[in-house]
Amino acid sequence: MPIVLWTDALVFLLLIMVSLFVWHVRRHEHLRRPWRIVLCSPIAMASAVILLIYLIIGLLDSLHFHPQIEDLNNGEKQYSTQIKSVFDMLVSHLQEHDEKTYSAPFAAWQYNKETIELEDGTMIRDYPRLRFGGAHLRDPDTEKIPDIVSKVLHSTVIWSVIFFLFVMLVIWRISRRIQRSFPESISAVARGKTEIPWLVIFLTAGISLWLVIVAWNLSHYYHIFGTDKVGQDVFYQAMKSIRTGLIIGTLTTLVMLPFAILMGISAGYFRGWIDDAIQYIYTTLNSIPGVLLIAAAILMLQVYMANHADQFTSLAARSDMRLLFLCIILGVTSWTGLCRMLRGETMKLREVDYIQAAQAFGVGNFTIIMRHILPNVMHIVLISVVLDFSGLVLAEAVLSYINIGVDPSMNSWGNMINSARMEMARDPVVWWSLAAAFVFMFVLVLAANLFSDTVRDAFDPRLRGREE
Amino acid sequence: MMAYILRRILYAIPILIGVNVLTFVLFFVVNSPDDMARMQLGQKRVTEEAIQNWKAERGYDKPLLWNAEAEGLDKVTDTIFFKKSIRLFLFDFGRSDSGRDISSDIQQRMWPSLAIAIPGLIVGLLVNISFALLIAFFRGTYLDISGVVLCVILMSISSLFYIIAGQYLVGKLMNLVPISGYDTGFEAIKFLILPVLVGLVSGIGSGTRWYRTIFLEEIGKDYVRTARSKGLSERLIMFRHVLKNAMIPILTGVVVILPLLFMGSLITESFFGIPGLGSYTLDAINSQDFAIVRSMVFLGSVLYIIGLLLTDISYTLVDPRVRLS
Amino acid sequence: MLGRLSLLFLFLFAGGCAEPPWNNPYPAEQDTASIIYDHFAERPKHLDPVRSYSSNEYLFIGQIYEPPLQYHFLKRPYELIPLTAAEMPTVTFLDAAGNVLPEDTSAEKVAWSIYRITLQPGIKFQPHPAFARNEQGDFLYHNLTEEDLEDIRTLDDFEQTGTRELVADDYVYQIKRMAHPTTHSPIASLMAEYIVGMRELSAELRKQSTPADKHYIDLRNFSMQGVRVIDRYTYEIKLRGKYPQFIYWLSMSFFAPMPWEADRFYSQPGMEEKNITLDWYPVGTGPFMLTENNPNLRMVLERNPNFHGERYPSEGEPEDEEKGFLVDAGKSLPFVEKAIYSLEKESIPAWNKFLQGYYDTSGITSDSFDQAVQLGAQGDVQLTEEMQRKGMKLLTAVTTSTYYMGFNMLDDVIGGYSDRAKYLRQAISIAVDYEEYISIFANGRGLPAQGPIPPGIFGSKEGKAGINPVVYEWDEARNKPRRKSIEVARELMIKAGYPGGRDEKTGKQLILYFDTTGGGPGSKALLDWLSKQFRKLGIQLVIRSTDYNRFQEKMLKGTAQIFQWGWNADYPDPENFLFLLYGPNGKVEHKGENAANYNNPEFNALFEKMKNMDNGLQRQAVIDKMIAIAREDAPWLWGWHPVAFSLHHKWYSNAKPNLMANNTLKYKRVDPVMRSAKRKAWNQPVLWPLKWVVLLFLLFMIPAVLIWWRKERATAL
Repeated sequence: MPIVLWTDALVFLLLIMVSLFVWHVRRHEHLRRPWRIVLCSPIAMASAVILLIYLIIGLLDSLHFHPQIEDLNNGEKQYSTQIKSVFDMLVSHLQEHDEKTYSAPFAAWQYNKETIELEDGTMIRDYPRLRFGGAHLRDPDTEKIPDIVSKVLHSTVIWSVIFFLFVMLVIWRISRRIQRSFPESISAVARGKTEIPWLVIFLTAGISLWLVIVAWNLSHYYHIFGTDKVGQDVFYQAMKSIRTGLIIGTLTTLVMLPFAILMGISAGYFRGWIDDAIQYIYTTLNSIPGVLLIAAAILMLQVYMANHADQFTSLAARSDMRLLFLCIILGVTSWTGLCRMLRGETMKLREVDYIQAAQAFGVGNFTIIMRHILPNVMHIVLISVVLDFSGLVLAEAVLSYINIGVDPSMNSWGNMINSARMEMARDPVVWWSLAAAFVFMFVLVLAANLFSDTVRDAFDPRLRGREE
Repeated sequence: MMAYILRRILYAIPILIGVNVLTFVLFFVVNSPDDMARMQLGQKRVTEEAIQNWKAERGYDKPLLWNAEAEGLDKVTDTIFFKKSIRLFLFDFGRSDSGRDISSDIQQRMWPSLAIAIPGLIVGLLVNISFALLIAFFRGTYLDISGVVLCVILMSISSLFYIIAGQYLVGKLMNLVPISGYDTGFEAIKFLILPVLVGLVSGIGSGTRWYRTIFLEEIGKDYVRTARSKGLSERLIMFRHVLKNAMIPILTGVVVILPLLFMGSLITESFFGIPGLGSYTLDAINSQDFAIVRSMVFLGSVLYIIGLLLTDISYTLVDPRVRLS
Repeated sequence: MLGRLSLLFLFLFAGGCAEPPWNNPYPAEQDTASIIYDHFAERPKHLDPVRSYSSNEYLFIGQIYEPPLQYHFLKRPYELIPLTAAEMPTVTFLDAAGNVLPEDTSAEKVAWSIYRITLQPGIKFQPHPAFARNEQGDFLYHNLTEEDLEDIRTLDDFEQTGTRELVADDYVYQIKRMAHPTTHSPIASLMAEYIVGMRELSAELRKQSTPADKHYIDLRNFSMQGVRVIDRYTYEIKLRGKYPQFIYWLSMSFFAPMPWEADRFYSQPGMEEKNITLDWYPVGTGPFMLTENNPNLRMVLERNPNFHGERYPSEGEPEDEEKGFLVDAGKSLPFVEKAIYSLEKESIPAWNKFLQGYYDTSGITSDSFDQAVQLGAQGDVQLTEEMQRKGMKLLTAVTTSTYYMGFNMLDDVIGGYSDRAKYLRQAISIAVDYEEYISIFANGRGLPAQGPIPPGIFGSKEGKAGINPVVYEWDEARNKPRRKSIEVARELMIKAGYPGGRDEKTGKQLILYFDTTGGGPGSKALLDWLSKQFRKLGIQLVIRSTDYNRFQEKMLKGTAQIFQWGWNADYPDPENFLFLLYGPNGKVEHKGENAANYNNPEFNALFEKMKNMDNGLQRQAVIDKMIAIAREDAPWLWGWHPVAFSLHHKWYSNAKPNLMANNTLKYKRVDPVMRSAKRKAWNQPVLWPLKWVVLLFLLFMIPAVLIWWRKERATAL
C-alpha cells in the first residue's frame, strides 16, 4: 500500500518542475546556449553523472509504502504500520543483517570482547563471530581476502560486459543522430574528440556504477563500512542519509524561491512603500542570528507534535514532518540574500528602455514582470539555487550537532558525525562511521560544487567575458 | 554624514522592535512560563507553589502581550513583553532565568570570544589573501587549476571534520597543545592555537576562492592593461596595483562582520571549551534560558545593524565618489 | 603557510621545552603543588545549601558547609557519625499530652518526636567579609552604599575579613530560611509536613515579603515553634509523629549552619546586580572554601585556615586495610591545599586529558570503556594493559540508584489494574532484555533490577530469594537469575488478548508510545534498540521525543505512556525508594514523585506501616510483601542499577567510593612529585609530522618557483 510523505510529494513536485523547465529550455535556442557550455565541460558532466546516481538513490528512497505482511487469521490483506521505501527493498538484506554492536569494515568478528558460553558450559571472554558479516566463511583468517577478491572480480566481469554493451548502444544511437558511421563514432569517443565529453561521462559512470555494484554485491556477505553501536550496518545508514541530504539541499530552495522571487521583484519594481516594507522584513529576519531562529522554530514544531500526537502515528511521519519544517525554516533564514540580489537587478531592469516603453504603452505591471523581468533575472535565481545546495548539505551536519537538525531517529550524515564524535575517543578508535559519512558527504558536496561552478560560469556573462 | 548616521540609527529602532516581537512570540509559543520555572527549579520535588513564586519573582506572572485586566496604557505596558523588552533598548539585560546577571556575564565572556575571533580573522585574511594572490599570479597555468580544485575540495569538507581531526591529531596524538580549555592572560595563547588553526584551515577553501575572483576582476580592468603596456613587471603590477585596488572590496567585506565577532562561534567554542559568548548562547538554547537568548538575539541584531552602517561609511571613506543619501 | 605556522609553534614553545609539557593546561608554577585536579560538566545552579539538591552542586558545597552529621567514610553499610555535633542526636518520643514515651513505642502512639543536637564548641567559620568588624566592633560591610560597591566585582574585592564561632543559632537560622518562600527550598514542603511550626512561619514570612520585593528580613526576630535553641551549643527540632528517616536529612546540607551575618551581607541592595549572592558565594565551616568562582572556566576550593580539624578514620571495612584505605588513619585532615575544578562540557576532551595526567580521577564513559577495562571470563573486572602500565587504579561500587522504565498506570492501554493490562506489562517486562541493554549501553556496568530497591540498601535481597518471579527464574547450574524465555512473554501476550502483537478483536497491530526527551548523540542507538525489544512481541513502539519541558508537562498531565526515569537515593533507607510507588505520591494527582501513578491500596497501606518501622525482620517481611505486590502489578520495568566505575591515577589515594557522603574531598591525597614526573613522561610532543608538512609544502613550492622564474624572464625579454 503506497504512502506519500510530505517531503516525497514535494520532491516529486520538484522533479516535475525541473522536467518542465528542461522541456522549456530545449525549445528555446537562447536558453539552450549556456547549457551547452555546461554540457561540454568534462568536469561538470562527470559531476552530473555522480549527482545523478545520488539522485536516483534518493528518489528510490522517496517511494514509500506500507509493506504487506502475511495474513493472520481471516485471509484479508494486512499492512504493516511500518513505512519502507523501494530502496529499502533493494537493500533489504542490509536492514536484516543486524549485529549486536560494533564491528569493523569487512570484519568477521565483533569489535568488542564478550563473554561466550562454550558448549561444555565453560565461559570464555573473546571476540564472538558476527551473525552475518563473513558468516559464510569457515576460517575467515585465511579465506577472507581470497573470498573478497573473487567476489569483486566476479561482479567486475559481469558488470563490464553489461556496461560495454550499454556503452555501445549509446554510441550507436549517437552515431545515428550525428549521421556518422558507427566505428568512426567509437574512435571519436575513445579519443575524446566529441563535443559532449562522452569519454569522461562513460568513465565516471562506469567507475561509479562499478563501485555501486561491487558494494552491493559485497554487502550481502560483509558489512563493508562496519556496524555501529547497536549493530546496524553503517553502509546502509550512509545510503539512507543521501535522501536527507538531497532533500535539505533542494526543498529548502524550493520553499524559499516563491518568497524571494515575489518579494525581490516587487520591491525592485514597485519601489516606494512596498520596497520599504520588504526591506524592513528582510533586514529584520537577517539580523536575527540564524541558529537561534532555527532553534526556536524546531522547538515550536516539537510542541505542535506533542500536542497533536494522533496525527503523527509513525516514526517516519514525525521525522518527515521535522525534516520538512527544517527545510522551511532554513528557507526562511536564507531567502534574504537572493531577495536582495533580485531587488537590485530588477531596479536596474526597470530603467531599461523597452520596459519603460512597455509601461508607457500601458502594459500591465503583472505582464511586464512575467514577460520581461522574470525571464531576465532567472539566471540569478538559477545560480543561487545551484550554489546554495552544497552549503545546505553542510549546514545540516552542523545543525544536527546542536540538536536542532533533523530528527535524531532519522538517518543523516549530521547524525552520523554527531555520534561518531564519541567513537573517536574510543581506543581502539571506531573510525568507520565518521569515514562513511565523510566519504558520502564529501563526494556529493564536491560534485555539487564543481557542477555549480560550471553553471555559474556559463550563466554569468560578466565572468564569462573575463575568461577571454 | 552625521544626519545620515542619525537617520540610520532611527531606522534601526523599528527593526529591533520587530526582532524582539519575533523572538518573543517564537519562544513563548514554545515555552510557557510554567515550563521555564520547572526547568530552572530542577527535577526533584518541585511544588506548584515554588513555580508560582518563581514566576512572580521574575515578573513572568503577567499576561504575555496584552493585559486585559489593567487600565488604560497599562493594558500594553503591564505585560511580560513590554517589561522585558523595553529594558533591552537601554542595554539593561536583566537577570537570566537561572538568576545570574546577564550584562556582567556578557562582559566577562566577550573577551575569550574576541581572543579567538580577532587572531582568527587576521591570520585568515593574511593567509587567504596571499594564497589568492599567488593563484591569481599564476592564472592560466596548471598551478591555478590545481589551486582552485584544491580550494573546492577543502570547501567540500564539513567544518565538523576539521575540528574533530584537529583535536584528534594535534591534541591527542601529537601532544602539542592542550586539547581544550581556556585560561586568562598569556596562558590563553596555548589554548587558542588549535582553534585558530582549525578555523584557518576550514575557511581557506572558500576564502581563497573568493579573493581570487576579486583579484581576477581587478586584473581584467583597463588600468592593469595600461600598466602592463607601460612595461611594468607582472610582480609589480600584482603587488602595487591589483592588491591595492582589490583591498577596497576586501576591507568593506570585512567591516560587515567586524561587530559580529563579539558573538563568537557556536561550534568552535563549545568543541574547545572556550567560555565565550558562542558557548553562552548555545548553553542558553539547550537549557532554554529565554532571558539569555532574548538578550543575545538583541545584541546580535544591534551588531548586525552597526556592521551595515560601518560598511556604508567605509565605502565613502575609501571611495569619495559614493555619497550617502 | 604551514611552514610559517610550524615556526610559530617552535617559537612559542622554545622557552618551555625542559619544563612542564607543552600541552599542560595549567600554569607551570602549579606543577608540584599539592592540588587536586578535577572537572565538572555543567555550571552548578545553586550553591545555597537550602536550595542545592543535585550532585554537581554537592561537589562544591559538600566541602564547605557542615551539617551536624556525616556518613562514615569507610564503613559499610553506611553509618552516620557526628560532624559538627559533639555526639549523635538524642531522640525523645512524646504522646499527644506531652508525656515522654519509651523508645520502643509503636509508631501510632507517638505524637511528637524531639531531636536534640549538641555541637562541639570552638568551631569557626571561614574568613569572610560578612564577619569583618572595625575597632568599635561594628560590622564593616553591613551598610554598604552604592559608592562602596562601585569597585566591587567579586567577593575578593572586600579587603577585610573576619570570623565567628559556630553556635546553635546558626543551625536554627538555616531551618527558618528553609521556611522562607523566596529561598525555594526543594524540601520545604516535605519538611513542613514534619517540623512543627514551619508552615506557620512560612505563611507569616509570605506576608512580610512579596516575591517581587525581596528586602532583607532578619529571621532571628521570628520564632518557629518546633525549633528551639537550648543553649549556645544545643538546639532541638520537634517533629510530628515518628519519622525515623529524619536523621538522614540531618547529614544533608539543607541542615547546614547559616550565619545571619552572611544573609544580611548578601541581601544588601546592589549585591545581586554583581552576582554576589549567597547562592553563589558560600560561607561555611568546612575544610575548604571557595576562592575562585568562575563557572565558565573553573572553580577553586582552597583549604579553610579556620578549619576545626578532624582526623582520618582509623577503622573501616575488613578489606580496607589491605586496599590501602587505612594508611592515613589518625592523620589530620584535609590533605590537599587546593582543588581545581575545570569546566569540561564534552566527555571526550575530559577523558583524553585524564589519560594525559591532567585530571586525577575520571569516570569511564561507555565509549572509553574498552580502552580502560577488560572483563575477565568470569565477569571479573580488570584494567587493560595500557592502564596498568600507567599505574591506574580502578574502583567499582553498586550505586544506590535505580533506572527504570515506567508504565503510566493512568493510560487506557498499558495502565490500569485489569488482568489484560497486567499481562501486557508483564510480557513487556520479559521482552525488554535489560541484560543486553546493560551490556551494550553500559558495557556491563550495571545489575538488572529485581525490584525497586538497589542492593546494599535494607530490604533488597540477594540470590535466589531476591529474584523477581515474574521476569526471572533461578538458574541453579550457574547460580544466577535467568530471564524467562520470550515464549513465556508471547504466551502472556495471548493471555492479554494480543496474540502476536495484534488485538484479538480488531486484528490491528498494537502500537505503544515511548516518551522521551530530545536526543543526544547516543539516543538513536538506544531508541532503535528499544523498538527492537518491543518488536519481539509484535508490538510497534513509536518514539515520541520532545524537549525536556514538554516531557515534564506530559508527565504532570499523565499523557505519557512509557517513559524512562531514574531515582538517586537521598538516604540509604528503603522508604526513599518505595515511596516512588506510593499512591498518594502520584505525579498527576498529587504532584509527587510517583511518576507511574501507581496506586494499589494494599501497597499503600503496607507502605504507611513500613515507613515508621525500624530495620529488622518485621520490616523486611513487610517490604517483601510490598515488593511482591509491585512485581505482580508491574508498573515499572524494574530496569537496572548502575555500577559506578571510577579510575584514578597512581598518585591519588584514599579514593574509596562513598555514594552517600558528599564531603569526601578532605580525605583525598595526591603525590604531586610523582604526578609531575608522569605527566612529563606521557606528554612528549610528537614533532615528526610537522617536519613532513614543511617538507611537503616546500615540494609544492618548486613548480611555483619555476613558473615564477619563467614568467619573470618572459616579461623581462
